[in-house]
Amino acid sequence: MTEVLFLADFSVIKPDPGLIFWTALIFLLVWLILGRMAFRPIQNALKQREQDIQNALDEARKARQEMANLKAENEELLKQAQEERAKILKEAKEAKDTIISEAKEKAKEEAHKIVENAKAEIENQRMAAVVDLKNQIGLLSIEVAEKVLRRQLEDKAGQEQFVKSLVDEIKLS
Amino acid sequence: MKVEFKKLSILVFALAFSWGMLLAQGHGQAQEEHGVETEQQGEHGGEAGHGGHEDGKYDPVGTVMGHIADANEFHVWKGVHLPLPVILYAPEHGWTTGLSSMFQHGHVAVDGYVLNHGRVNRVADPAFPKGEAHIDGVVAHKVEEADGKEKDVYYAVHEGQEYLLDPPSTVDGGFLGGRITSFYDFSITKNVFTMLLAGLLLILLFSAVARGYRKNIHKAPSGIQSFMEVFFVFIRDEVTKPMIGEKHYERFQPFIMTLFFFILFCNLMGLIPFFPGSANVTGNLAVTMTLAVITFLVVNFNGKRDYWEHVFWMPGIPAWVKIILTPVEILSLFIKPFSLMIRLFANISAGHIIILSLIGLVFLFGNNGQSVGGAAGGAVIGGLFTAFMNLIELLVAFLQAFIFAILTASYIGAAVEEHHHDEAHGEAH
Repeated sequence: MTEVLFLADFSVIKPDPGLIFWTALIFLLVWLILGRMAFRPIQNALKQREQDIQNALDEARKARQEMANLKAENEELLKQAQEERAKILKEAKEAKDTIISEAKEKAKEEAHKIVENAKAEIENQRMAAVVDLKNQIGLLSIEVAEKVLRRQLEDKAGQEQFVKSLVDEIKLS
Repeated sequence: MKVEFKKLSILVFALAFSWGMLLAQGHGQAQEEHGVETEQQGEHGGEAGHGGHEDGKYDPVGTVMGHIADANEFHVWKGVHLPLPVILYAPEHGWTTGLSSMFQHGHVAVDGYVLNHGRVNRVADPAFPKGEAHIDGVVAHKVEEADGKEKDVYYAVHEGQEYLLDPPSTVDGGFLGGRITSFYDFSITKNVFTMLLAGLLLILLFSAVARGYRKNIHKAPSGIQSFMEVFFVFIRDEVTKPMIGEKHYERFQPFIMTLFFFILFCNLMGLIPFFPGSANVTGNLAVTMTLAVITFLVVNFNGKRDYWEHVFWMPGIPAWVKIILTPVEILSLFIKPFSLMIRLFANISAGHIIILSLIGLVFLFGNNGQSVGGAAGGAVIGGLFTAFMNLIELLVAFLQAFIFAILTASYIGAAVEEHHHDEAHGEAH
């Protein structure tokens, strides 16, 4: 027996053809199987999913855009409606004002007319009353005159004086 | 107060952890010492799998090298080994198959094949008996080579006769100390077993994930699916898309994902200190070389006209520079995958070596079982450092897988890129 039996043999740097053969076989098999069975499908699935996500994002953006458009449209409509309302209110107010003023005017006119009419009526009535009064006075004076005449006619001088006084009275009235 | 408690708990954890390791290792050592005794008596072979202390002395380097090496059987716990299928080919003999348990940890030779330190070796000597034969043990002799380096040469002892053992062939062409020997080992080794397990785990995991995608169509991801989706999306958005480009990345996503996860799982399995982990898969040059070669093929088979133009005749520079640049570019074609191979191998190997060395401190400080106090000190220091190193190795496991993947993606990106200045010219005319 010798002293040190196992001198260091750095065998891992000596390429063994068997190991090369098996490494190549195993690696190529793993490559083929994994590629066919896993990596290609995974790659396609990932791509598909990324596309789906992109589409979803695009759609969301589109929907958001549409929403914004819709909102703007609504706001526009609202604004228009409000303007319309304000206009209508304003017009109504104006109409009211004119109607009121017209009515006032009319009422004034009517009142005036009524007053006028009343005045005319009063005048007429007064005139009628005056006429009536005149007539009454006339009648009275005739009666008086008759009575006086009947008495006076008995006295000539008195008769004349009486007539004269009567005429003076008439002038006075 | 809280910090103190934290520190204390780390210390206790490290102590307990190292003590467990110490006990486990001590048991193995005792067994091996037993093996050594019998070996010295010339009756039985040494316990396989853990080299390094056959003469009773702890050899740290040998132990570490034995642990990071590939093996034909998987050590589970206290001398229990998972037998692995052996598939051996010797040109002069043909195929030999079976389970590694048939070698009975080096006590039995089958068709001249002997288990030596967990690896199958072969007796090429035609005088050695065919079929099953009893082995008295494996001995090593130091041999001085022509360049002055010392090398162990192993012999199987059969009926008092020593027979030279051939290690399995390696294809480094002699540059790294290996050579083509009398046989080739195509066994399901510890590394192959771990790779199979990692591959199986990956397939199970990702089939569950893919099932989630089928089930949760048009729905939010759930469970394991959403957990793994993070990785998939990370590799896609941080690696393949920016490196390869929007136009081509989809074709290469499965390849980059497979690379990343295969390397990551092998790295992580290697960090688990017990069965079925602990195999140094991506710290073996054969594995990283294969991955690098596959990368090289994928890159260059997908090379577009622009890519080859930039390699062989770079546009837009003077002709004399092109003459210098073209060889550099051609070299770089090979240097790129070479750097991938070395980077991953070196990082993972180094991590395993450091952790094993730190655990080795226990035996070194314990003076080979003579000093219990030293062993305890080594357990505390080694345990703390090991815990720290394990965390760093966890980072390295992810980092190296990521680097391999991102560099591969960038090489592919360079190969498939279409340069815009050409198009601009075309439009201008």
